Amino acid sequence: MHFELNEEQKEIKRAIKEFCEKEFTPELALELDEKEEFPMELYKKAAKLGFTSMRIPQEYDGQGYGLLEDCIVVEEMCRVDPGLGAAVSLGNLMIPDVLLKHGNEEQKKKYIPPLARGDTISAAAFSEPEHGSDITRMDTTAVKSGNEWVINGSKEFITNAPVADIFIVLCQTDPNATPSHRGQSIFLVEKGTPGLEATKLKRKMGIKPCITGSLALSDVKAPETSLVGELNKGFYYALELFDETRIAVAAQAVGMSQGAFERAFQYAKTRKQFGAPIIKFQGISFKLADMAIKIEAARMLTYKAAWLFDQGRLDPMATSMAKAFAGRVAMEVTDEAIQIYGGYGYLADYHVERFHRCAKITEIYEGTTEMQKLTIINRLMKTM
Amino acid sequence: MDIIVCVKHVPETAEAEIKIDATGKAIEKTGLVFDINEWDDYALEEAVRIKEKFGGTVTAITVGPEDADSTLRKCLARGADKAIRLTDTRFEDSDGYAIAKILQSTIKSLPFDLILTGALAGDDGYTMVGPILAELLGISHATMVKKIELDDGVAKVNRELEGGLEEMVEVKMPMVLTVQTGINEPRYVSIMGIRKAMQKEIKVLGLADIGLSENDVGEAGSWIKIEKMFVPSVEKQAEFLKGTPEEVSAKIAEILRARGLI
Repeated sequence: MHFELNEEQKEIKRAIKEFCEKEFTPELALELDEKEEFPMELYKKAAKLGFTSMRIPQEYDGQGYGLLEDCIVVEEMCRVDPGLGAAVSLGNLMIPDVLLKHGNEEQKKKYIPPLARGDTISAAAFSEPEHGSDITRMDTTAVKSGNEWVINGSKEFITNAPVADIFIVLCQTDPNATPSHRGQSIFLVEKGTPGLEATKLKRKMGIKPCITGSLALSDVKAPETSLVGELNKGFYYALELFDETRIAVAAQAVGMSQGAFERAFQYAKTRKQFGAPIIKFQGISFKLADMAIKIEAARMLTYKAAWLFDQGRLDPMATSMAKAFAGRVAMEVTDEAIQIYGGYGYLADYHVERFHRCAKITEIYEGTTEMQKLTIINRLMKTM
Repeated sequence: MDIIVCVKHVPETAEAEIKIDATGKAIEKTGLVFDINEWDDYALEEAVRIKEKFGGTVTAITVGPEDADSTLRKCLARGADKAIRLTDTRFEDSDGYAIAKILQSTIKSLPFDLILTGALAGDDGYTMVGPILAELLGISHATMVKKIELDDGVAKVNRELEGGLEEMVEVKMPMVLTVQTGINEPRYVSIMGIRKAMQKEIKVLGLADIGLSENDVGEAGSWIKIEKMFVPSVEKQAEFLKGTPEEVSAKIAEILRARGLI
């Protein structure tokens, strides 16, 4: 067993730390939390340094590292700021992953390098107003008409939808397939395609600089060449993707926890009550010790899941355990951080309330905690 | 243009709590984060910019233990081509003069047109190494450099003076320039840079490799010995006046009058 980052991973951690601590300023974090705007300039800056394309192979202008290295970067971004961290770490969400596995060479060459360089932003349109955790049937349909497919339907809670240049859309291509998920396919749709319309969802609870939107597709024409992989395999591709992205969400949760913890720790050392820094009171110091324990446990689960993935031994149970646990820890730790700050913690200017608001999403997106538990119990039922 | 940059691996002390260690002659290093000396960071960036403009190589050199490799790797990741770490237990307790000797004994056998280093080190703040190194190598130097313009064997450099003044001087190559912060904006380490840096070797040399004797280095080879390091005692400068507003104002007037201020 080996529980330490290697030299190269430590260098990566140091580089992203230095970048985020200078660029993810508290002022920018507060401003974009209020304005609900994507930090485009910051995203491009991070992308040029390679921080947003860790897992994309070098031949497609990425960095060619594994999911563990990606997790180190994502964790650090979310440690410095949960909102900016979420936004920057989700800029080229899913499209490179799905194309690398199932796309043809033409699709890879066309779409992956600009995403890796930060010139374009991607979005994955799976969820629908009526289908969140359950994507076994899609109301969005793609119907073949001559040489092309015609897509109709609507998508909901799509990360990056209003700022994305390229989308992957999960559609029902065979409405009569039984079970229905055997009749789904994934298509690439570019921004500006007639009939495609994205609307920004406003007033989210947290991760406000990460823009979420609804997508309306009305007679959107997709050429044969925009089909990703094989026809009617889309559902399986989507599940596979979640197995990867879920680990990165666990890393987000670990980072958010660590960031809130560090702030609370510093505050407890300097805030004096009853003539002593409040960290001298066990009611506070034991809270901090508990927070540290939980964060370390969440980090280990996350790194293990990422490591298994990088070894080519993806374990959905390990992934689900990491995501469910790290998400819960993020909620608990950020909550306690506010408690340690007391009244000040309830104010936006003291930042920890933002960590708490942002942390909640890690229990929801990329599969709710309940879905993770389902994965875990199904696996246990099979193997025990 | 072959450039050598001398860098130092120093603890970040700006926001850390500093304690004196058991010897009473140094600070407690456990728990401190080490990084490249801030001034050297600017020197390295300047070197890489000059290389990008005129071609050539950048070699980063440090004197320090194995931990200092992380500072050298940072230099490699930011554009240095080679890195050398000079290390030996006998180098410990070297002052700026001894460090300059160690550097000179290595640099004299390397090709170079320009040597850059920070104007000072953030930990001890001596500002010694650059000028002494130049003297030992028998070449010219300029300190507190804020701008460098290279032209055919000479450099026009702006030096920072007191009171917001700058002077421009012409210096002949080869030369040592000690760089002031703010001369440029150091770039971030990129992931591409890290990948390249990890493939480069850090050359490690000891006392025997550089042709110096034990008496040239460490405390024996130094001009300065640290006697004691301490936190200056805090003097009570404030006096709290008590009483009614009338009494307090009368006291203030009395104090000011006694000191001839009113």
